Amino acid sequence: MLTVDLARSSVRELNTALHRLGPDSNETHWRVLNPRGQHSIAVGLEQPVLVEVEGHVGYYCAGMNKLATVVVEGNAGQGVAENMMSGKVWVKGDASQAAGATGHGGLLVIDGNASARCGISMKGIDIVVKGSVGHLSAFMAQAGNLVVLQDAGEALGDSIYEAHLYVRGKVHSLGADCIEKPLEDEHKLELRRLLDAAGLNGAVDVGEFRRYGSARKLYHFHVENVGQY
Amino acid sequence: MCGIAGLFLKDAKLEPDLGCMLAGMLSPLNDRGPDSAGFAVYGAETPGHVKFTLRLPSTFDLEQLLKGLRDELGGPVGHRLHGTHVVLSIPAESAALARRALTAFEEVAIVGAGRRMEIFKEVGRPDDVSRKFGLETMSGTHAIGHTRMATESAVTTNGAHPFTTGDDQCLVHNGSLSNHCAVRRELIKKGLSFQTENDTEVAAGFITAKLKDGGSLRQAMEACLDSLDGFYTFVIGTEAGFGVLRDPIACKPAVVAETDRLVAFGTEYRALVDLPGIASAKVWEPAPATVYRWELH
Repeated sequence: MLTVDLARSSVRELNTALHRLGPDSNETHWRVLNPRGQHSIAVGLEQPVLVEVEGHVGYYCAGMNKLATVVVEGNAGQGVAENMMSGKVWVKGDASQAAGATGHGGLLVIDGNASARCGISMKGIDIVVKGSVGHLSAFMAQAGNLVVLQDAGEALGDSIYEAHLYVRGKVHSLGADCIEKPLEDEHKLELRRLLDAAGLNGAVDVGEFRRYGSARKLYHFHVENVGQY
Repeated sequence: MCGIAGLFLKDAKLEPDLGCMLAGMLSPLNDRGPDSAGFAVYGAETPGHVKFTLRLPSTFDLEQLLKGLRDELGGPVGHRLHGTHVVLSIPAESAALARRALTAFEEVAIVGAGRRMEIFKEVGRPDDVSRKFGLETMSGTHAIGHTRMATESAVTTNGAHPFTTGDDQCLVHNGSLSNHCAVRRELIKKGLSFQTENDTEVAAGFITAKLKDGGSLRQAMEACLDSLDGFYTFVIGTEAGFGVLRDPIACKPAVVAETDRLVAFGTEYRALVDLPGIASAKVWEPAPATVYRWELH
């Protein structure tokens, strides 16, 4: 295991060292100390390594992640795992706004709460939040899954495309063109897979969730509206 | 951008370190607001006296001002110099008289007034501003500070935060208001006057007007949600503590840390990392459109 102490090294030095790793590197387990809320820790990783960060991180931690597993043993600032492509990011505390924004793939697990705009414009990422999410979560969400074990704030799924939203608690309000849909067996299977991947093996009854998605009235052009243009 | 740091002490043993801790909190926020900075410190009061914080021009005969005030008030006037600012101590019953007498000195600005509040603000890198005023040596129960990256109006000392909203009250702002011209016009009709074209000064004036109408600070803060359009995280200092309000969209970041010894507000967690007990503090984000207050019991 390699240890990088950010009280002694800069974030740029850490990220440069992580970017230099080749696919056959034996340096697959990294521990990062004293993050002290600094921004852009462990961004742009492209190899299947494990990076554990001991403490709270600032903005954009593990952004653009590919293949790597990044564990934050604390809270994360804005845009954790933004535009993630694959791999896994696990925040053991809370996450600030825009967690998993625009993510294309991979799994983001947040043990605590995520604030506003969680999964905004998500494009294939899976996000499991064990607490609640703030307002405007899954705004313009295109693909992927957002699973919330507690509550969702105002305007969930506003202008949503084809992402799947599952909420176990209360939804404060649904955004434009977002509606509740039946929870079929295929969705229960999908939920089971996501919850298992988040380490909740059998601990949560998938039947307790409600499913939300697009009414598909907003993003298709309706020919009867042609006169308005 | 902009950065805000607020510190409220529950444990009186920390009071001598208030300024030092606030300076440390503002330092990581330099890059969020490199063009100017300011802070309000709630220090010890002198019973029966009020404080006026004045900003003086670079060449100014302070002795002449003090003599003029002594003659006008018929008694001694205490003063303490901090760089370009001076804090006067005036008998409370002479406060109105002193305020009138100070208007004779056109080049002198009254930055703040109150029993405990002192306000210091200047153009420049926040670390430099803190050093010039000697923030690290200041003590008190609570303080709020601001680092500014100007968006809505010019980089001037008058445009730096905090803005005073009345005796012992001030406001700092991260964000920008889009209807400040319309609100300013309404407030001018009500008799308020403004020194700058700055949007935050309008927010401060709005709260002052609501308080003058007899509302509580909580009501004044709630009224902001209906009347102010734009982005804002406000931190409002009062004699007893501070309050926090974020707009309903809550784009502008805010983090609060609480321990049994203190409550700290930071635009980013980076501002809080050196505070005592931070490793075990409860750290969370204030909810949008919600009024928060922390006050002395």
